[in-house]
Amino acid sequence: MKKSVFFGTLVAAGLTAGFASATTLEDVKARGVLNCGVNTGLVGFAAPDANGNWSGFDVALCKAVAAAVLGDPSKVKYVPTTGQTRFTALTSGEVDMLARNSTWTFSRDTDLKMDFAGVNYYDGQGFMVRKDSGITSAKELDGASVCIQTGTTTEMNLADYFKSNNMTYQPIAVDSNAEGEQQYLAGACDAYTTDASGLAATRAAYADPENHIILPEIISKEPLGPAVRHGDSQWGDIVRWTLFALIAAEEYGVTSANIDELAKGTENPEINRLLGVEGDLGPMTGLEKDWAVKAIKAGGNYGEIFAATIGESTPIGLARGLNAQWTQGGLMYAPPFR
Amino acid sequence: MTSASDAPDRGFRLSQLIYDTRYRSLTIQVITLIVVMGAAGWLVDNTIQNLRVLGKDFNFGFLDNRAGYDIAQYLIPYTNDDTHARAMLVGLLNTIWVSLLGCATATVIGIFVGVLRLSKNWLVARLMTVYVETFRNVPVLLWILVAMAVLTEITPAPNAYKVNPATGEASASMILDSIAFTNRYTAIPSVSFERSLGVIDTALAPVSLNVLAIVLVLAGAIWVNRRLLAHASAVQDATGARPVTWWKSLLILLGPLALLLAALGFQLHGPTLKGFNFTGGTNVSNAFVALWAGLSLYTGAFIAEIVRAGILAISKGQTEAAFALGLRPGKTMRLVILPQALRVIVPPLISQFLNLTKNSSLAIAVGYMDLRGTLGGITLNQTGRELEAILLMMLIYLAISLVISGVMNLYNHKVRLKER
Repeated sequence: MKKSVFFGTLVAAGLTAGFASATTLEDVKARGVLNCGVNTGLVGFAAPDANGNWSGFDVALCKAVAAAVLGDPSKVKYVPTTGQTRFTALTSGEVDMLARNSTWTFSRDTDLKMDFAGVNYYDGQGFMVRKDSGITSAKELDGASVCIQTGTTTEMNLADYFKSNNMTYQPIAVDSNAEGEQQYLAGACDAYTTDASGLAATRAAYADPENHIILPEIISKEPLGPAVRHGDSQWGDIVRWTLFALIAAEEYGVTSANIDELAKGTENPEINRLLGVEGDLGPMTGLEKDWAVKAIKAGGNYGEIFAATIGESTPIGLARGLNAQWTQGGLMYAPPFR
Repeated sequence: MTSASDAPDRGFRLSQLIYDTRYRSLTIQVITLIVVMGAAGWLVDNTIQNLRVLGKDFNFGFLDNRAGYDIAQYLIPYTNDDTHARAMLVGLLNTIWVSLLGCATATVIGIFVGVLRLSKNWLVARLMTVYVETFRNVPVLLWILVAMAVLTEITPAPNAYKVNPATGEASASMILDSIAFTNRYTAIPSVSFERSLGVIDTALAPVSLNVLAIVLVLAGAIWVNRRLLAHASAVQDATGARPVTWWKSLLILLGPLALLLAALGFQLHGPTLKGFNFTGGTNVSNAFVALWAGLSLYTGAFIAEIVRAGILAISKGQTEAAFALGLRPGKTMRLVILPQALRVIVPPLISQFLNLTKNSSLAIAVGYMDLRGTLGGITLNQTGRELEAILLMMLIYLAISLVISGVMNLYNHKVRLKER
């Protein structure tokens, strides 16, 4: 008799475990840690150092969200995901958000049941070749072997590009950026293709970056951004507006250097609302009043993060280009904080 | 103390379900069945619930959509305009192809090594022991990666075969002007015919009638040859002297084939370096060779142990009897020991074949596009149909395994001890 009661409880517990699901915000707060899906290792975007501390452009976004939600940018558990595992990791709940160079596409937003919270890097797919191959244009790649990360949008773009240009190629599928690098350096492929920013980051890690060139052709639009699960709008709002807060902070001149000063109150009502001096923007989405202050303090505003991780003064050396503020001729544009 | 059979009949009481040995096992079985079915039902229900929460449906319609990606290795024609179903088929054929070749080479390696490990030659036996112990005690994934690394690192890039205008020489040269080892693939000559008998267009792949004709002629030749050998055996049984047949066999096997090939205008096309890669021949990718070698060598080590066990299971008296009849050691092994050992060898051999087939799903590690790479990799990723793709993949692997064990069980039935 005792046994059957035990089994009954077990089954009941299993059943409730299957259905019980709080909102992501509650889950994260209860856990005290943000699970953030990142790249398995792409210098500049997300890579661990010798001590296992993650840093990079995408990592900075994880930190900003953790700071906004939990008040501490270090309370992030980084979950490395490959091109193949990333979306399953998100939809299955293994990670709370994905900040992993993922392209915002229609089918991913709808059919894969994810929500993209914005764009943190406007990118496009490019090719890298060895300089001594003498190739100067992607149009000369007819018949080439091309290394490509499997499970990415680049795979489809590549097929479309070669088809529309009446060229043939041999795809060499690789599972991660590291494997792609190794195959490319070993000469198993003539060209390596992925997002141009990823190519720049990959090349920066080589011993001889000057011997490799990135071809001028950009064959696709790759708006990269953080993604969350479909159906939890509150959590989507938090990630989206944390990103916007970083972008707006750059626009208004709020930096990690002057934020303590500005958080005491300024003449500019926009900054006051952003930093929670005025109004109740934070509580509207379930956060503290000073959420944006914490988010910006985590790694600086969007421009500071860019400059520190992938900007022109870093080995990766990416120019702002499309990713400049709209006031500077770029596409970075945050809606009003009001 | 009364036994269960002569218990007085006092009607059925519920407690008998547990305390009566006549019912106890039935009770336990029924409870177990209910628990197992309950667990399965809960899993299915949980899946349906979670799919509903995610707003996903369960259908296989995605298989009819355009795949849109390219596959490097294919046995049937495929372009990125074909459907996901076709891409799955391409992957499935790649899986079957590498498994078939792997099973064949693993068996050859296994028998060879297994026999040699029992050799009286100290060095040969020890060498085989070293082979078996190293290969079966390191994970097969590592062997596949090692094979791939070796192939990639020791071979030159295709452009090394290009003649350098400054020196007038290429840094690598092709073997016999027809085979080139590169760090991507091995370029070998391909076969073509000047005259074609026509092509049958099946839904799966176009089948050349030339190939069909060659297969038919070969099959016919083999059948005629078997008749010839049977006749020779009959003559031997009747007269005690076996007629010389080797030149007749050779003529029967090769003659018609040579005539047919000449009539069809058989040609070999050597690969030539054009642009980045070799074209004109057949490029056997390193990924395939690495996977094939890794799987064969690994499984071969296990099969060697099975063969050794099988041989040791045959009593020493059989060998001594064969020697007493004047058979040499080689013939003793081939005619007396191995046929009997097969009865012991075949059942565990089946599971090794199954293992090899399932291990072939490690192909993704070297970029060989098998079923796991197409259906379970790119298709799954691009369509987001994890559940459908994985279920389908499991079903297909299950079907392949059942077919292999079915065929091997037939063979086992044939070689097992006949009890009359």
